[in-house]
Amino acid sequence: MSFQITRATSASRIAGMIALVLIAVLIAAPFWGSTATLRLLGEMMIYLALASLWNLLAGYTGLVSVGQQAYVGLGIYIMVAATIYLGIHPYFAIPLAGLVAVLVSLPVSKLVFRLQGAYFAIGTWVVAEVFRLIAAQLGSVGLGGGSGTSIPTAVMQGLASNKYWREATIYWIVLALGIGAVALVYGLLRSRIGLALTAIRDSEVASTSLGINIERIKLAVYVAVAGMTAMVGTIIALQKIRVSPDAAFSVNDWTAFVIFIVVIGGIGTIEGPIIGTIVYFLLREFLSDLGSLYLMLLGALAIIIMLVAPKGIWGYIAKRWNISLFPTGYRVEEKQ
Amino acid sequence: MTWVNIVIQGILVGGLYALFAAGLSLIFGVMRLVNIAHGDLIIALAYLAWSIVHATGLHPLVSLVLVVPLAMAFGYALQYGILNRTLGKDILPPLLVTFGLSVIIQNGLLEIFTADPRKLNAGALETGSFPLLPGVDIGYLPLLQLIVAIAVIAGLQYLFYNTALGRAFRATSDDSEIALLMGLDKRKVYAWAMALCLGVVAIAGVFLGIRANFDPAVGPGRLIFGFESVIIGGLGNLWGTLIGGIILGVAQGVGAQINPGMQVLAGHLVFLLVLAVRPRGLFPRMTG
Repeated sequence: MSFQITRATSASRIAGMIALVLIAVLIAAPFWGSTATLRLLGEMMIYLALASLWNLLAGYTGLVSVGQQAYVGLGIYIMVAATIYLGIHPYFAIPLAGLVAVLVSLPVSKLVFRLQGAYFAIGTWVVAEVFRLIAAQLGSVGLGGGSGTSIPTAVMQGLASNKYWREATIYWIVLALGIGAVALVYGLLRSRIGLALTAIRDSEVASTSLGINIERIKLAVYVAVAGMTAMVGTIIALQKIRVSPDAAFSVNDWTAFVIFIVVIGGIGTIEGPIIGTIVYFLLREFLSDLGSLYLMLLGALAIIIMLVAPKGIWGYIAKRWNISLFPTGYRVEEKQ
Repeated sequence: MTWVNIVIQGILVGGLYALFAAGLSLIFGVMRLVNIAHGDLIIALAYLAWSIVHATGLHPLVSLVLVVPLAMAFGYALQYGILNRTLGKDILPPLLVTFGLSVIIQNGLLEIFTADPRKLNAGALETGSFPLLPGVDIGYLPLLQLIVAIAVIAGLQYLFYNTALGRAFRATSDDSEIALLMGLDKRKVYAWAMALCLGVVAIAGVFLGIRANFDPAVGPGRLIFGFESVIIGGLGNLWGTLIGGIILGVAQGVGAQINPGMQVLAGHLVFLLVLAVRPRGLFPRMTG
């Protein structure tokens, strides 16, 4: 009897094929879906991207940030400032925002990394508040100050000549970011960094003794997530067109909902943010009429899940049936 | 004289921030818990006081006789029933559960009391003042606020180092398993710590409600002010927390004088400056 070592399982192979079909269907959405469908899918992709990135930060790296809205808002404002003042095409503003966020997150990390655990969480929140208050002071440079501003029509027309193609273009960019974020997390976890992250999660002391530089890995993840988050922010600006400090740096929209999605879907799993996004949007479709009651319900659901099944819906499924759609570890299999 | 006045008024406001912070400092010291819903609890208790004042016609400060015991009972139940189940090596569960609690409280208050701002009316106390120096008037309310903050912190300090309950807090904080061997049930010790924390939160909530308008959305801001006071003053040092609150109050006053939009921002920047220069705060007693 001989054995082989493999990552793939039959479940993951089938999931991979279904994922490819699903991606193809999603790419074709502008040709089969209405404008409303396209907008809903686009919004789902925004949340899928933000949730995957926050999950990488909190679920895998232990950096529980409550201040990711800092980078979403930074991306939103860079899209506006770059297109209005620098006359840059929106396409180029996307990587530019990523770059700026990386540069900004380096000094920020120097400060917030001095706080541990839960204090780190509130520290990141303070930084996001500082960003919001600074944005509210930008009235004198023409970015609208507290009341906000809009992306000019001419800039939006630069994306595509008519409304249909404009909506489709924005959708494809956001689709690429949503799938890209999941792929990035998956790829990262299968790499050496992923191995290091798993080791750190299991034991910081043991992983340090094996030569893993914990601080450097945490910094790398924090900075990369900041850059990606800001890029997602630029697309939010294109979707919403109108920007204001309170909306751009909203803790509810860009952090609270994202945390609920990840917790409900399953924190520390790649599948979690996907499941969480689907559940969140299903709940929203049916219950958002309830207004603040709906938000209370979400909060209660997150608390119950954290107390009863801390690994969320996917964690429960994976444990119950021992399956993994995105395997990152290795397993020993009997050779056929 | 303007700047002297700003500094003195800032010091008086600092008393309120110290009241926000004392509860946070207490529960962090005893069980390393950071309650994200702390600010929302302050606002919820201000609403409770408002309801009692509305129903009975009591003076807001007298309503504390009811609000404080109710808050303490709620704190005990919250810790014993929910938060104790989240404490362990992993920092995620307490953080995310209190985050969910924060959203529930905010939206629950919105559902019951709407988004209209409310205020507690304390009559003559609100407007009365006496001149300290030419151009510097001391309001009775801010002064009372600072005195109460000092009294609360002195009381907590006494309780920590001179009573059986304080001994239980310190023992459980140092090593909860050995404390258990000595017959201390840490679940009850933690529940008492949260009860005490909410008692202080109730006082903070009533003073906040007398001082200014409040609505369901302002809780997170109060959490941040309290948190900044704790970090500026140094972890685990209650008197440091008072100084942290005062520094924050003065910074905000100076910021507001430069530009009204700078008030809160100036406080945040001073906090970040302290973090950059003295990461463990000005007067640290323990490590995070």
